[in-house]
Amino acid sequence: MNAYVTIKALTRVFDVSKPWLNRILERRGKALLTAVSNVDFQIEERTTYALVGESGSGKSTIGRMLVGLLDPSEGDVQVDGVNLATEADAAKVAKVRSHIQMIFQDPYASLNPRWRVRDIIAEPVASKGGETEGLAERLLEQVGLHPSDAGKFPHEFSGGQRQRICIARALASEPRLIVCDEPTSALDVSVQAQVLNLMSDLKEELGLTYLLITHDLTVVRHMADRIGVLYLGRLVEEADPQSLFDAPKHPYTQMLLDAAPRMDGFGREVPPPQGEIPDPIDPPSGCAFHPRCPIAEDICRQERPEMKALGKGRVACHLAR
Amino acid sequence: MTTPVLSIRNLSVEIPTRQGIVKPVDGVSYDISEGEILGVVGESGAGKSMAGNAVIGLLNAPAHISGGEIWLNGVRIDPLKGEEMRKLRGKEIGMIFQDPLTSLNPLLTVGDQLAETMLTHLPISRKEAAERAVAALEEVGIPGAAERIDSYPHEFSGGMRQRVVIALALCAEPSLVIADEPTTALDVSVQAQIISLLKRLCRERGTAVMLITHDMGVIAEAADRVAVMYAGRLAELGNVRDVLTQPRHPYTHGLMASTPLASEGQKRLHQIPGAMPRLQHMPNGCAFHPRCPKVQKRCSHDPLPPMAEGRAACWSPLLAEAVE
Ligand SMILES: Nc1ncnc2c1ncn2[C@@H]1O[C@H](COP(=O)(O)OP(=O)(O)OP(=O)(O)O)[C@@H](O)[C@H]1O
Ligand SMILES: Nc1ncnc2c1ncn2[C@@H]1O[C@H](COP(=O)(O)OP(=O)(O)OP(=O)(O)O)[C@@H](O)[C@H]1O
Ligand SMILES: [Mg+2]
Ligand SMILES: [Mg+2]
Repeated sequence: MNAYVTIKALTRVFDVSKPWLNRILERRGKALLTAVSNVDFQIEERTTYALVGESGSGKSTIGRMLVGLLDPSEGDVQVDGVNLATEADAAKVAKVRSHIQMIFQDPYASLNPRWRVRDIIAEPVASKGGETEGLAERLLEQVGLHPSDAGKFPHEFSGGQRQRICIARALASEPRLIVCDEPTSALDVSVQAQVLNLMSDLKEELGLTYLLITHDLTVVRHMADRIGVLYLGRLVEEADPQSLFDAPKHPYTQMLLDAAPRMDGFGREVPPPQGEIPDPIDPPSGCAFHPRCPIAEDICRQERPEMKALGKGRVACHLAR
Repeated sequence: MTTPVLSIRNLSVEIPTRQGIVKPVDGVSYDISEGEILGVVGESGAGKSMAGNAVIGLLNAPAHISGGEIWLNGVRIDPLKGEEMRKLRGKEIGMIFQDPLTSLNPLLTVGDQLAETMLTHLPISRKEAAERAVAALEEVGIPGAAERIDSYPHEFSGGMRQRVVIALALCAEPSLVIADEPTTALDVSVQAQIISLLKRLCRERGTAVMLITHDMGVIAEAADRVAVMYAGRLAELGNVRDVLTQPRHPYTHGLMASTPLASEGQKRLHQIPGAMPRLQHMPNGCAFHPRCPKVQKRCSHDPLPPMAEGRAACWSPLLAEAVE
């Protein structure tokens, strides 16, 4: 197997301090928010890697660093053997970057309402002076829409159709890697099924690699080849779907799985998870999950657990066996 | 039999538009009994929220009730107007929406909002209201309720805010709560907390709940009965386990089969072909017939067969055929 993406010790810190005058008046220091901390993982070519975790866990921040919308504070992003931060050959970096595309949660906000679908889809190619004749029509067919839709405007389409248009636009520059940030969260199940099936088909046909960002565990289970679980900016567990869903090693993964509603959970009464995600500006000592963890011990409050190999995956928990 | 808390009969809502009159809710009937949670599901645009808003008298003009009846505890409420409806709404019907901020006043502390609501609707003193406000926050699981009582809505996290909304919806001891996508914007862990809270409070007080959502998992875990809506009409109504495991309407079957968990291990998800019709272009006969795998000749012109509890509004229902 071949790692198409290698992420090493990736970290991103945001300065969320108040303006300096307020800081002086209120006698406050700088406030730094570590959104992503020391994250390592690899994505094999032609596979789907899913990042899951609650709101604010850093999923989108990782996705944005991978596509180059955001610079890492520390660490490396390597794609197709090229280190995007240190590579001196600008042409090489540009080439790799052109192979990475992103699609977003909101298919309404991410399409320019005044442009015709043809121009929206061809834009990434047109802006580089590429050939766009018939391109939009071809791509529309590929994503299951009609070539004649190219002349329409976004408001003439439903949510699922708009997400298809977003996918067609992402495909225009012949990407090899697509970062999908909550691609179906705004859609209902029937439309979600259409979009997920399309993503699977395109993966087969075009040999695409996906980074799939979502908090919907049922989607993850259906789509992913490998899953990384994030908590407060850190990877806490990584495994293949079967191991992760059947035998989660991290108490946080276990908590997420227990909390997810089940279609066969008629009248299920389980004690819901305790507490909420802590303030990322002032994270708990030791293991950041310890205040909510049902099995935390002293060591969990004092020492941060390192990520270590366990079974078919990796886990960062002092007590995982 | 005891009178149901809410009883909707043949409810229709109309909106006049430039392309003619459209009917986002068309002849819907269902009951909710004391202590019961009725789940309302269906794709986006099915008319779930419109039906709920009609019950609480919150339709935005030009949408209006054009037919049918709404009964609350044996009293007909659909003819009520303005002030009368507002009073009833606060006292007898509690509301929880997807965005907690729509139900909260940003300029008042949560304690004041709770106390005001109770003072308006319950025969209690100001002092008693203040005490009960703290108890209400404690009951919905807000840590340090006594200290948080003077906080403003923006000082709470999203999940905590939704708890405050639940406290607010329940503090006047209503007999009916309408919860429209109450957890859609929340994380799974917070969602589990909120749903379990709602279930517990309603069971303890015997409140009837209309739970609108398109998450089938939430419905399975929370609802006693479920109403499936399609294009403004009821497609199927019945006990939650029956409807979800042995759907009779081909639409319900399609919805269940397209959720990823139902087709576990399967490479492709089931797809319902096409999309829900626009209200301006409603097909004749059964609105689902253009997408239906079991469509027959009569489906495209005959009016739907009458609906009853445990039945589907369908000419060729799937009989006890489980979801593969
Ligand atoms: N530009 C920014 N400035 C300051 N803080 C930010 C910025 N972008 C993200 N953050 C913070 O970084 C953390 C991680 O955010 P991120 O958007 O990556 O989370 P997420 O896992 O994608 O969550 P969600 O599921 O809500 O999309 C959050 O605490 C967020 O508030
Ligand atoms: N002012 C209006 N004019 C015309 N049609 C309208 C108007 N307001 C709403 N509608 C239509 O009424 C129908 C029912 O909408 P409703 O909000 O009840 O759907 P819903 O089932 O709650 O969907 P969702 O799951 O997206 O919340 C939709 O088709 C909507 O487009
Ligand atoms: Mg995000
Ligand atoms: Mg709605």
